[in-house]
Amino acid sequence: MSGSSWPLYEVFVRGKRGLNHVHVGSLHAPDDEMALRNARDLYTRRNEGVSIWVVRASAITASSPDEKDPFFAPSGDKVYRHPTFYDIPEDVPHL
Amino acid sequence: MSNPYDGLADAGEEKHWAFGTGFTAALSDVDRVVPSSVDRDDLVAYCLMLGDDALVYSQRLAEWCSRAPELEEDVALANIALDLLGQARLLLTRAGEVEGAGRDEDALAYLRDERGFRNVRLVEIDCGPGEGGDFAATIARLLVFSAWRLALFQRLTESVDPVLAAVAAKGVKELAYHRDHAAQWTLRLAGGTAYSRERVIAGLARVWPYVDELFTPHPVETRLAAAVDPATLRSEVDGVLDTVFDAAGLERPDVEQIAPVAGKAGRDGVHTEAMGYLLAEMQHVARSMPGALW
Repeated sequence: MSGSSWPLYEVFVRGKRGLNHVHVGSLHAPDDEMALRNARDLYTRRNEGVSIWVVRASAITASSPDEKDPFFAPSGDKVYRHPTFYDIPEDVPHL
Repeated sequence: MSNPYDGLADAGEEKHWAFGTGFTAALSDVDRVVPSSVDRDDLVAYCLMLGDDALVYSQRLAEWCSRAPELEEDVALANIALDLLGQARLLLTRAGEVEGAGRDEDALAYLRDERGFRNVRLVEIDCGPGEGGDFAATIARLLVFSAWRLALFQRLTESVDPVLAAVAAKGVKELAYHRDHAAQWTLRLAGGTAYSRERVIAGLARVWPYVDELFTPHPVETRLAAAVDPATLRSEVDGVLDTVFDAAGLERPDVEQIAPVAGKAGRDGVHTEAMGYLLAEMQHVARSMPGALW
């Protein structure tokens, strides 16, 4: 096995009635087209999906765990940013 | 959402699987009555031919399990093997039920001897991963086999036997992917390094001697109303393979074909030396412990 010689890809799958692509894992592939096919073989073999996105892991810019507090803590006490003060009609889905 | 995979499940579908829902049982709604225009003995033989092609090739591909050059490719080859095993099960089950002698898919897979197997010899030859094995030869065989079987199954969807037509309709989608997988690898091996190119050329030359047999009809294939005459597939399959070869900058191999033995080949139960070893491995547990379940 020499998987490390191939670039790493992150895989996102959308379910049959799912609204959005969900990150399901990662894989190695020699190029983008093969990454898509490998993702089909690795992550949709149990009838999970109808759409796949693959993206090179190196193309993702991620927030750092070290910056967790400056990034996310300031929103913790701002409950007024949630629409919790409105009456939501029963028949509005996916809000 | 507590489980990230909830987003992949159908609303209201079974939730006991970690993910993946909405499975269907293959052929559950197909009429299994044999049409009056179809000869029953010939139909049994034909189902064994197409079923054995899939069963034996599935066994060969499964040999790569845990031994492929990359983890991702390991799963890809195993998936292809499982698709073919599924086709084999449906076809052997059909052979058994039309024969009416009480043989089920397991009896046909595990309790027949070499001369009873009707597969073409292309699927039985040893392309690895054992001694002398080669990934490029494995890909070359997959390209040839899936291009041929896809063309065959596309015609077979029109078969007068409703079970064969349904097996074919299910198989077409699987085989289209197998052919694509093999074509993608052929392009990459041919266009990779000088060494990978040399290997894929050698791989094609290794499997090519068994190509003519794919298009040589057995009498059952010519006279059975429900069958496809493989001779009619040649130009279509050649066209597909030439398209791949052109894109990969490869030549169609010019090698001598393996002749039939006294006019008989795989479809008659006459096989190569590799077949006995393959069957020994595939059948020995079922024969050592008859009826065992686990």
